Amino acid sequence: MGQTSETSAQRTGAHVKRAVQTLFREYSIFFIFLLVCVVITSIRPVFLSVDNIFNVIRQVSMIGIMSVGMTFVILSADIDLSVGSVAGLCGALTAGVIARQGLPPLVAIFLPLPVAALLGWVMGIIITKAKVHSFVVSLGMMSIARGLALVYTKGLSIGNLPKEFGALGGGMVGPIPIPVIIFAAFMILGYLVLTRTPYGRAIYAIGGNQEAARLSGIKVDRYRIMNFVICSTLAGFAGIILASRTRSAWPAAATGWELDVITAVIIGGTSFFGGRGGMVGTLIGALFLGVLRNGANLIGVSPFYQQILIGTLVVIAVVIDRLRQRRTA
Amino acid sequence: MEPILEVRGITKRFGGLVAVDNVDMKVYPGEVVGLLGDNGAGKSTLIKMVSGVYCADAGTIFFDGKEVKIDNPMQALKLGLETIYQDLALAENLDVYSNIFLGREKLKRFLGLVKVLDHSYMLTESRKVLNRLEIEVPSLRNRIRTLSGGQRQAVAISRAIYWDAKFLIMDEPTAALGVAEQKNVLSLVRTLSSQGVGIIIISHQILDVFSVATRLVIMRRGKKVAERITADTSPDEVVGLIVGSIPGDVPNGDGSDVKLSPVGASHAG
Repeated sequence: MGQTSETSAQRTGAHVKRAVQTLFREYSIFFIFLLVCVVITSIRPVFLSVDNIFNVIRQVSMIGIMSVGMTFVILSADIDLSVGSVAGLCGALTAGVIARQGLPPLVAIFLPLPVAALLGWVMGIIITKAKVHSFVVSLGMMSIARGLALVYTKGLSIGNLPKEFGALGGGMVGPIPIPVIIFAAFMILGYLVLTRTPYGRAIYAIGGNQEAARLSGIKVDRYRIMNFVICSTLAGFAGIILASRTRSAWPAAATGWELDVITAVIIGGTSFFGGRGGMVGTLIGALFLGVLRNGANLIGVSPFYQQILIGTLVVIAVVIDRLRQRRTA
Repeated sequence: MEPILEVRGITKRFGGLVAVDNVDMKVYPGEVVGLLGDNGAGKSTLIKMVSGVYCADAGTIFFDGKEVKIDNPMQALKLGLETIYQDLALAENLDVYSNIFLGREKLKRFLGLVKVLDHSYMLTESRKVLNRLEIEVPSLRNRIRTLSGGQRQAVAISRAIYWDAKFLIMDEPTAALGVAEQKNVLSLVRTLSSQGVGIIIISHQILDVFSVATRLVIMRRGKKVAERITADTSPDEVVGLIVGSIPGDVPNGDGSDVKLSPVGASHAG
């Protein structure tokens, strides 16, 4: 009853209204983001130049690629702390096989990905089958992957990699840096998976009510394992881009990045308790992180204050999430 | 007539506790069976073995005349065996139509290549089933979180109905409802049974069960202690059987007083 009398004009109107409402409700952070951009531009107009915009996106592209996978994981009410270490390990592996085995870069950039996938799979298996919280398992993997990187590199950095290898992280297609293109591609892919596929539906259902998802016939374990495989693989890929960009690798590369990645996802409004949020938010969150750092540099705010700013923003984002939850509970 | 569902000697242990002990039960097409017992009697565990949540430690399940193995909820759903759980088992962060299709999303081909969710189909179909049940929900795009208890129940029921269930298990279907809504649910149970759907209904509201069930199965401490034709018993007797003040009469159901009753004889089958 009551839903049968919608005309198509009414429906279009409702669509627009709903989109605006959603933007306000789900992405209140989006308006803070715009405000910050306006403020920075008014102080340093160069902020809005094409070069600078691409510069910002390039700087966040690696964090951004990792945050696509992290969004899947957090939406299902899990967490992966190992992404920074996995990125460091994969960067080291790529650099290693080029420098030691002399493999062509085009092969070397794909070689570590199965390793990253395997690490994610192992975490997923332990989390779902032994029923250990993902925080603990990924904390362990954070240390293990870092240790593997140290063992593989013997604690030394690997430098002077061939120029061709630098193309992945430093190359351009027209005016657009290649990492930005990869970032955009994964973002769009992640968005489509979340909104258009049963896998995406399952991720939300698992985050909302894992038991209900299981009773509805959703293979909860399989999807959670898949999340960790994807998250790890994307982290590994970001690490390879980092190695390519610097044409070197060192065992401590990407240390602490897991916090930036989680920050981007949380600022983007994805609930830490799972089930709410999405890729649009994560895109805004990642860009916000980049804009704050870039803007602060342009204006001349010390990096120490940047830390305080970003920390404050995370807390604000979580408070907004809390309030939203209370309102709709 | 063949029973639509039959369980034989089904048993479930949790560590040292025997939650369900060697229980037999049959339900015929179109029959409504009330499953009664006190808290902890093993009712929910019994139905969860049928719906694929738990794996039975012993015993067999026959569905539609064939022996079946139900290792996970999807296998039960694929057989046409739907369950409405006490806590409804809805994803509260998702909207109405996503819940109705949860785990069984309708897909369409996009550009002839990849399969994607067919949102508009799911929306239309959900609207149809809600209309058929005369269930009013403000909007199908509303998240479950924003709905009242009765509306949530309605969504859970329509999810089970939509998939043309051959068999329906209802665990406390009226617990969260107002009086008028309870009446609706009970009349729905009658409608479905007249369409040949076999139904097991679990409820603490003994009068509700009496008003829809034709047969009653009573459990105590994991065992089936009695089985009665509703017309041949009274709420007082049933309560007595539930709490144990009246001894059970199913062989093996209660070791102390084994004796055969006419209904209990079906046990041999």
